[in-house]
Amino acid sequence: MKPTMVFSRTPGLKDVVTSYCPGCGHGVAHRLMAEVLVEMNALGRTIAVAPVGCAVYGYDYWNFDTTEAAHGRTPAVATAIKRVLPDRLVISYQGDGDLASIGMAEIIHAANRGERITVIFINNANYGMTGGQMAPTTLAGQVTTTTPEGRDVSQTGYPMRIAELLATLPGVKFSARGALHKPGLVRKAKSLIQKAFAIQDAGTGFSIVEFVSLCPTNWGVNTLQAVEMVEKDMLKTFPLGIFKDEQVGGKD
Amino acid sequence: MSETVFMKGNEAMAEAVIRAGCRFYFGYPITPQNEVPAYMARRLPETGGTFIQAESELAAINMVFGAAVAGARAMTSSSSPGISLKQEGISYLAACELPSVIANVMRGGPGLGNISPSQSDYWQSTRGGGHGDYRTIVLAPHTVTEMVELTMDAFDLADLYRNPVLVLSDGLLGQMMEKVIFPDPEARKKDGLLRGRPLPPKDWALTGAQGRAPRFIRSLIMKQGALEEHNFKLAEKYARIEVEEPLAESLACENADIMLIGFGTSARVAKQAQLMLAEHGIKAGLFRPITLWPFPSEQLATLARKVDRFLVIEMNTGQMIEDVKLVIARERSLKEVRVELLPRPGGGVPFPEEIVARAREVLK
Ligand SMILES: Cc1ncc(C[n+]2csc(CCOP(=O)(O)OP(=O)(O)O)c2C)c(N)n1
Repeated sequence: MKPTMVFSRTPGLKDVVTSYCPGCGHGVAHRLMAEVLVEMNALGRTIAVAPVGCAVYGYDYWNFDTTEAAHGRTPAVATAIKRVLPDRLVISYQGDGDLASIGMAEIIHAANRGERITVIFINNANYGMTGGQMAPTTLAGQVTTTTPEGRDVSQTGYPMRIAELLATLPGVKFSARGALHKPGLVRKAKSLIQKAFAIQDAGTGFSIVEFVSLCPTNWGVNTLQAVEMVEKDMLKTFPLGIFKDEQVGGKD
Repeated sequence: MSETVFMKGNEAMAEAVIRAGCRFYFGYPITPQNEVPAYMARRLPETGGTFIQAESELAAINMVFGAAVAGARAMTSSSSPGISLKQEGISYLAACELPSVIANVMRGGPGLGNISPSQSDYWQSTRGGGHGDYRTIVLAPHTVTEMVELTMDAFDLADLYRNPVLVLSDGLLGQMMEKVIFPDPEARKKDGLLRGRPLPPKDWALTGAQGRAPRFIRSLIMKQGALEEHNFKLAEKYARIEVEEPLAESLACENADIMLIGFGTSARVAKQAQLMLAEHGIKAGLFRPITLWPFPSEQLATLARKVDRFLVIEMNTGQMIEDVKLVIARERSLKEVRVELLPRPGGGVPFPEEIVARAREVLK
């Protein structure tokens, strides 16, 4: 019998080894994003903005045009690229420190202007690249290098729910939260990206997909324990769902 | 064809941006440059362009970054406190070699300072301003017409060198109305700072990888030795600019009794003082750097050989005078010549009479 290929590397990603730690969610998110672009035949018209964070080397992995941006300014850079080239697919790929802390003004205002860009937001509950500090998304009680006794919400505030927050803005047409730690959820995650890109191509407004991600290295656990932590702790604070879907054709 | 109108400095500059073919402007309100975003909000949509009132100067400069990444001519304007916020972005623009134009209509500082004309950002402008080892080309007009011309030139130099270019004016030039001559944009490419040189294709811009290999733009360069190499490559470009682009106006400096040195508004006032000194029988020369970086060192050095008294007029506590002294010290002993300062910081503008009085003192 002739063997049939059922799974292969997506041409949306370069044939290279990434710098991500075992169990990290970034690679899964990259793959989903790339697969959707390939299915849309959109690699040639995609321009991505990589964040300052673990995904800063996006251009080494993604097989489409990519620029870096200063920490948190990613949506401002993406805004202007889209304004110059409105028929391109523009992606702002950001971590939770990048988006929800230093870049909070840029994300809120790009969303509020209804910029026709898509944000892929990786929420791993800490600052990965700098070695695991508290992020705005860090869970109550979670230990990080800057919350050594666990996050005390009375002093440092509460984990921010970005997908819900942005869904309140009229310029936002799609806002959802998915997860990357189980096969079934990965398939769902992909459909969220598909919807977000479709919104962008429809030209109606801003779209964001937040992913509850994993960071075993900085959480100080092994990969299986990380999956458990997402399941047990993170999903309580960050429920999965679609918080806004104004896609023509309605909700799923 | 050139066109003569009566116009306010900030509005004339905004119109020059459009005539230079720039269709993307991003700004944030700050006095004394508010006429620029207001003009852009009205005029850019008429030309098919995009105006965005950004949420901050940080966002505005990063929008310039994004538009430049996509290959468009882009600019932002602000005044001193806002320019401080833009320094992060300017450093990234320089690192990524993205052509871009930034106008600083300077006001008094430090801090919130005041909204009066000032030249207190000379150091910030000519020394890079943000972090890292980089340079920005700095153009300093002294009339509204020159503000128009240099703004148009700024886009050409930015494209020629793939570098941010600053147009450094102040609240006086921005707010004043006077006769303005708009040059024909095509003619300006020959007569202006571009000197008819062809502009390189933007074969680095991100436009989507259709039909070619994907491109990337970055400033994080981690491979052993690679950033050092990049820094040296940038330094080579800056060295070329230092040879090719320095520009100054000099009026009657040969064998002058005293040389008045100033840029922008200070030089404008000094021109009046020069005429008044002539009435007193004093032969005053005037040296006016037009490019603040690259500083017109060779031109000044040559003239400094035959002059013994120098008066630097600045609307700050003395910033450009450091560059002036460095150049003069190459030719003369600072013990045998006098290089003096007339400083007017904090929003002060010198009167011509003040310059005359100080010049006579220096000559005693
Ligand atoms: C202006 C500025 N401040 C701080 C840093 C240092 N820094 C690099 S990455 C990073 C945090 C990234 O965390 P996050 O956005 O959560 O992404 P992750 O690495 O977890 O994917 C910080 C603070 C920087 N590069 N620039």
